[in-house]
Amino acid sequence: MANHAIVICEHCDAVFQRPMLAPGVLARCTRCDAPLYRNRPLDLDVMLALALTALIVLVLANVFPIVTLQVSNTEREATLWGAILATYDTGVAFVALLAALTVFFFPLLQILLYLHVLLPMRWGLRTAGFRYSMHVLRAMQPWSMVEVFVLGVLVAVVKLAGMAEVTPQLGMWGFALLTVLLTLLNSFDLHQLWDIAQERCDG
Amino acid sequence: MAESGPIVTATELNIVACSACGQVVKLGAEREGAPCPRCAAPLRHRKRNVYSRSWALLISASILYVPANLLPIMRTRTIGGAPRDDTILSGVVELWTAGSIDLAIIVFVASIVVPLVKIATLAMLLITAQRRSSWARRGRARIYRIIEFVGHWSMLDIFVVALMAALVRFQTLADITPRPGAVAFGAVVVLTMLASRRFDPRLIWDAAPAAASAAPIDEVHAVAADAAPASPDQA
Repeated sequence: MANHAIVICEHCDAVFQRPMLAPGVLARCTRCDAPLYRNRPLDLDVMLALALTALIVLVLANVFPIVTLQVSNTEREATLWGAILATYDTGVAFVALLAALTVFFFPLLQILLYLHVLLPMRWGLRTAGFRYSMHVLRAMQPWSMVEVFVLGVLVAVVKLAGMAEVTPQLGMWGFALLTVLLTLLNSFDLHQLWDIAQERCDG
Repeated sequence: MAESGPIVTATELNIVACSACGQVVKLGAEREGAPCPRCAAPLRHRKRNVYSRSWALLISASILYVPANLLPIMRTRTIGGAPRDDTILSGVVELWTAGSIDLAIIVFVASIVVPLVKIATLAMLLITAQRRSSWARRGRARIYRIIEFVGHWSMLDIFVVALMAALVRFQTLADITPRPGAVAFGAVVVLTMLASRRFDPRLIWDAAPAAASAAPIDEVHAVAADAAPASPDQA
């Protein structure tokens, strides 16, 4: 099929023949040096396992407090939603909205869409709304920012350490683990998922 | 790097790779914007309205960069003291004087340097592409990929403020509240991200010395394949 004979660099429009690569090797554009493609088989089972684990970890990370703060005899704990609501209450709704979207809704939607696409695929069934789900999945990727949030927790802990006793809690480890899982999940090439879906439908 | 024969572009061959699903399609009678046969996304050689939209987003971002840095992003109230307003920069200074030099540098880079460099770089990319400049094409292509990659880390301070506001709420003792500077700052980050996503790096290469005539597809030369350095996502 023509689709697999040539490759077009997304970054500079150069056209190349598409040779078979040794496993794990990354092809780069000779003109602009952008990565073109990698010979890395897409394993649906691995992706499914990652997506399922990420869903469980996301729930745990949101249920347990991220950090607790102790001043004299009072203790306060913060969850992600505690932070979002506190920001909303104090009148900067836009900031609360940004945090809610980039750390909660987009990652959650990403994971759910992965599951929605992968589960039927794994057993050779058609995914309802496959096209639509894949388009949303692609649009969502740059706006999911769990990794930045984890660094934000770290900075907040250090800033408050001089003021009171701050202890990281389970939620913090949850978000750290979620960062790893989402990074792995997003390292898969969505174009390959389209290829697999097409092969299944044609064959 | 492998041999480099004349580069043939997809535009010259009138083929296009779908930006959504990667399918390579021969654009025959169909015009720009025809739906991809596989995923129905519009097929285009270049993104639409790159200059007008990127400039609009970028100018808005650079205007908001001023209040984002001058207005306080949070207010700390402690018992027996006057309320203290912090800007992004004073937050960095506070981290530095408290001894967390590494975090101070991270926040300084993420919140102040990255948005500024991103705005300046995008402006440079837009101007050079508009003038069809041939200056440092490879370097410009690389710097675009870098700003695309680091852009969202600027959201750091937004999360710091939200978390501190959630934690420090001891009615009379002390409390921290976000201030309007945080809104301007969040808007700067979102606007620069939108602006850089709207830019089309293929414009950097347009009007590059083209192949004398469009070669048929089977004469397109083979791609360079360098062994990827050991990376965590290697298969």
